[in-house]
Amino acid sequence: MSTQSAWLTKSAAELAAALAAGEVTSVELTQAHLDRIAAVDGNAEAGVHAFLHVDTEGALAEAAASDARRAAGEPLSELDGVPVAVKDVLTTTGLPTTCGSKILEGWVPPYDATVVRKLKAAGLPILGKTNMDEFAMGSSTEHSAYGPTRNPWALDRIPGGSGGGSAAAVAAYEAPLALGTDTGGSIRQPGAVTGTVGVKPTYGALSRYGLVAMANSLDQVGPVTRTVLDAALLHELVGGHDPLDSTSIDAPVPALAAAAREGALGDLSGLKVGVIQELAGEGYQPGVLARFNEAVELLVGAGAEVVEVSCPSFVHALATYYLVMPCEASSNLAKFDAMRYGLRVLPEGVDAPSAEEVMRASRDAGFGDEVKRRIILGTYALSSGYYDAYYGQAQKVRTLISRDFEAAFASVDVLVSPTAPTTAFKLGEKLDDPLAMYLNDLATIPANLAGVPGMSLPAGLADEDGLPVGFQILAPATEDARLYRVGGALEALLEKKWGGPLLAQNPTLASLESAATEGAAR
Amino acid sequence: MPETPENAEASAQITRDEVAHLANLARIDLSDAELDHLAPQLSVILDSVRSISAVAGDDVPPTSHPMPLTNVFRDDVAVPGLNAEQALAMAPQSEQQRFMVPRILGDEQ
Repeated sequence: MSTQSAWLTKSAAELAAALAAGEVTSVELTQAHLDRIAAVDGNAEAGVHAFLHVDTEGALAEAAASDARRAAGEPLSELDGVPVAVKDVLTTTGLPTTCGSKILEGWVPPYDATVVRKLKAAGLPILGKTNMDEFAMGSSTEHSAYGPTRNPWALDRIPGGSGGGSAAAVAAYEAPLALGTDTGGSIRQPGAVTGTVGVKPTYGALSRYGLVAMANSLDQVGPVTRTVLDAALLHELVGGHDPLDSTSIDAPVPALAAAAREGALGDLSGLKVGVIQELAGEGYQPGVLARFNEAVELLVGAGAEVVEVSCPSFVHALATYYLVMPCEASSNLAKFDAMRYGLRVLPEGVDAPSAEEVMRASRDAGFGDEVKRRIILGTYALSSGYYDAYYGQAQKVRTLISRDFEAAFASVDVLVSPTAPTTAFKLGEKLDDPLAMYLNDLATIPANLAGVPGMSLPAGLADEDGLPVGFQILAPATEDARLYRVGGALEALLEKKWGGPLLAQNPTLASLESAATEGAAR
Repeated sequence: MPETPENAEASAQITRDEVAHLANLARIDLSDAELDHLAPQLSVILDSVRSISAVAGDDVPPTSHPMPLTNVFRDDVAVPGLNAEQALAMAPQSEQQRFMVPRILGDEQ
């Protein structure tokens, strides 16, 4: 990486310590990341393209304010002055929030999401808003209306989705921390294919206020980072009860950083781990299974007891999800009606069009293909005569999936599986085959349906293609600390084996800058 | 919709006309090209999800939400909301502190 600054590759915890020790200022750190973004992020045509909006002025002002508070000896948060990126589905005052959609192009929300408000209150400069599949619908970030994000490991490959922007930003050292959202795997699957850490907390552990909803009963905000400890620190910072979100859990945030640190000591004696039979084997790339199995062996070496567990209803999770989610999404997206905010398009050749005609024209022009597919699918499944056969049935199978989790967690402390069945595929490969695209979420969806927490962390590189593989850990609801303990242990064991973080092995990292520059020159 | 649930289980095919009808319900003007493209894709998706129709028996209760929360209220205390300027700041059109919208009544109304 020729873009200076050795600070870029440090973890957020290390940056916080350096700030506290006076070795660096927040302005210096923030500027280093802004320079890095300018050097490698490029645009829709070339470069990583993790960001949709970069807030140079705002981030530097927040950084200067943090430095001033530090100089004055005022109380500081644990991550005060460490810059962060935010997925463009979370509302931010003073910064556009587009959700990757044309229908919200240029929209500047009148209020901050609660998690954004907490970032600001804790003094984390917000570098900008990250790219995503339109309204978080997708597994590749190719459904963004503003062009795809490219995987920093191989720029012709997908960074996962829907939160490909947040994962790629962190993987390309454009940001030490990012926030994502996970409805069916949108934090964990991008984490898996970019070699980063992503956590979907327990449903309700982080406020959804200001998260533009796709499927309310599934959506969850969570941290996107390069280390397990950083994820724990960010999760603790933005977690907790919010009276503005009626589904928010009214309980203190568990001690997550402590769990990550304890795990990093590498002793998992007494821990019972269940390998989910249904989420390995057929349909999984050999290199993914090989790295997964090796990681499981490391857990055994650390003292964990590993058993196979069957969750028979999980085979129906994908179908259940692709009914529940579109039903909720079609209802949620009805609010984009071109009346109070967002794109308004007047239909061509219509004299004095009615509100309804304007609505139709605006929604056709403003929504992309995948959003239209899901709205139509949801409208169909909720139609009279179909409701019981589709949505009603999906809700019952959702109960069976939750029961499978309950039964499994009665005998084991955590469940594990590969995060995604394959490594990053090529851009465009599955774009017009929705079903093939949906299969990426096979292993991540059950956690959303049941509301339990899940983490993905890097497990190594697949032999076939040299691309990152993700390892998924699942825990019972509200037991998020277990993810961090086990993840912290596995990360420490793997990094010992690798001689450092997996991202340091990225062969493309050195050429990201020239790729962005050459693209800009084209 | 003209079909019954029994028909839905027998065949998950969704016709171009049905997609047009659904798009109408969802207030999206789909072009002919979009209808041609979407109808077969939706049939494939529906075909794959209908496998769940026989999975759960009548004795299984539905889950609409992962957390058993009911009736969450806040204290009945007035808090400041958006002022008119903030609320209208992103409106496509506004006038006299109101959202300005196209006509909402048809000629015959």
